[in-house]
Amino acid sequence: MASAITTLAADTPTLSAANTGFMLICSALVMLMTPGLAFFYGGMVRVKSSLNMLMMSFVSLGIVTILWVLYGFSLAFGTDAGSVIGWNSDYVGLSGIGLTELWDGYTIPVYVFAVFQLMFAVITPALISGALADRVKFSAWVLFTALWVTVVYFPVAHWVWGAGGWLFKLGVIDFAGGTAVHINAGAAALGVILVIGKRVGFKKDPMRPHSLPLVMLGAGLLWFGWFGFNAGSWLGNDDGVGAVMFVNTQVATAAAMLAWLAYEKLRHGSFTTLGAASGAVAGLVAITPAGGSVSPLGAIAVGAIAGVLCAMAVGLKYRFGYDDSLDVVGVHLVGGVAGSLLVGLFATGGVQSDAKGLFYGGGFEQLGKQAIGVFSVLAYSLVVSAIMAFLIDRTIGMRVAEDVEVSGIDQAEHAETAYDFSGAGGGISARPAASHAPVAAANKKVDA
Amino acid sequence: MKLITAIVKPYKLDDIKEALQAFGVQGLTVSEASGYGRQRGHTEVYRGAEYTVDLVPKIRIEVLADDDEAEELVNVIVSAARTEKIGDGKVWSVPVDSVVRVRTGERGADAL
Repeated sequence: MASAITTLAADTPTLSAANTGFMLICSALVMLMTPGLAFFYGGMVRVKSSLNMLMMSFVSLGIVTILWVLYGFSLAFGTDAGSVIGWNSDYVGLSGIGLTELWDGYTIPVYVFAVFQLMFAVITPALISGALADRVKFSAWVLFTALWVTVVYFPVAHWVWGAGGWLFKLGVIDFAGGTAVHINAGAAALGVILVIGKRVGFKKDPMRPHSLPLVMLGAGLLWFGWFGFNAGSWLGNDDGVGAVMFVNTQVATAAAMLAWLAYEKLRHGSFTTLGAASGAVAGLVAITPAGGSVSPLGAIAVGAIAGVLCAMAVGLKYRFGYDDSLDVVGVHLVGGVAGSLLVGLFATGGVQSDAKGLFYGGGFEQLGKQAIGVFSVLAYSLVVSAIMAFLIDRTIGMRVAEDVEVSGIDQAEHAETAYDFSGAGGGISARPAASHAPVAAANKKVDA
Repeated sequence: MKLITAIVKPYKLDDIKEALQAFGVQGLTVSEASGYGRQRGHTEVYRGAEYTVDLVPKIRIEVLADDDEAEELVNVIVSAARTEKIGDGKVWSVPVDSVVRVRTGERGADAL
């Protein structure tokens, strides 16, 4: 985030009602990305496991929100300790923060910054869930989410965005979360699936998306919410940078969608709906780290490159045999890496920071820094997430029983099914269990 | 008494219904079906992964007919359903032992 670009902010900032309002709206927009993601993923799985997919994203809104208030904000954005983690007891339980206390060097209250950052923390573990579709115990997922944000997300957010974080000090540019969010989630997904293995029937059974309209709805909500994610990451809009970010978000996403469609038309013969949705998300991912440092034309290049790279990358799982169910690695890891490295090529030096990319006379310096950011976050998240998955698997178990996986995880894990297919007009209905049956209750009354 | 069953392309349903009404058929039963014939199904692509969809959507039309009308009815259905393209379907008839109209208890030809 732009939190340490304090030189551009006013010397003694005062609370700006406009920026505060803008940031609260941005926070709400980012919140909507998580249910959007739930639909994006939920439509891509089979009917029998679609509720579980929705729930794996949705529950993050519960778990991460509470942990963020309790200690997450403090770990990520508290006073730096050793460049790797933060701590501030006033942030614990958000208990010692004044209503008008401003976030360091900015014109918005600490509360607003905390809630904006919370939404990033919520969606990041939810992103991982797409790789684990159809086969993970919900209880194991809840535990993983709580552990993962604590051990991986909060520290990495501090490295990248916290004043004093080591990647931040190094000068790695990550405007809105290419490393901290997308590479982090994509690498974690890869780490976990290497431990838990493939879905039953991977490469043999058809695992077609059950509802592409839901996928499009989800992708649309993500795109919409992403304006808050990116344009809000300047933490105000006194100088127009947020507006540049908004423009770059739109054009990169458009370019990536068209690039993905063109690639698959050439390669597979059709312009597919899933390709349009996936390309858009790939573009959003790639412009996230880069949007504050490239021009709109640069954003088109970033989007187009990421669109093609991600379209190529989603096939890797079949070649290498790892089962990344919904292509979290192919879209978020590859898209995040592409966007973060392309900063080193396309940064114009003059918007978010002075750093110039290779194509703008900056030499290899920024590219090298970006590479350090990319690979350090990638390696840390991959290794720690794999260890975490291994430990959970050895204790409460990560996967559901094979028969549950085959018959569908929704009924077994959630006691619900997504759709009622009970014949014409819903004629064949399920009988309520006696303890909850309204009929039985009415009979009791009569007896009394 | 014969039961005529036709498995045909869904979009031909209206043509067949009209042809049967013109012929004087009073009622019919339609259900959704899926299957394949010699042409098999089609291929769908999701993020580059190709899936062969063997079972193609069809509709199944069932009509009861008197023995002397059955052959003609089969011809009516066949000519209404024909597009001369692959996947037009099949029509067959089988003997029926007895038919009862549930409301009145009438049997045989009276029940049609």
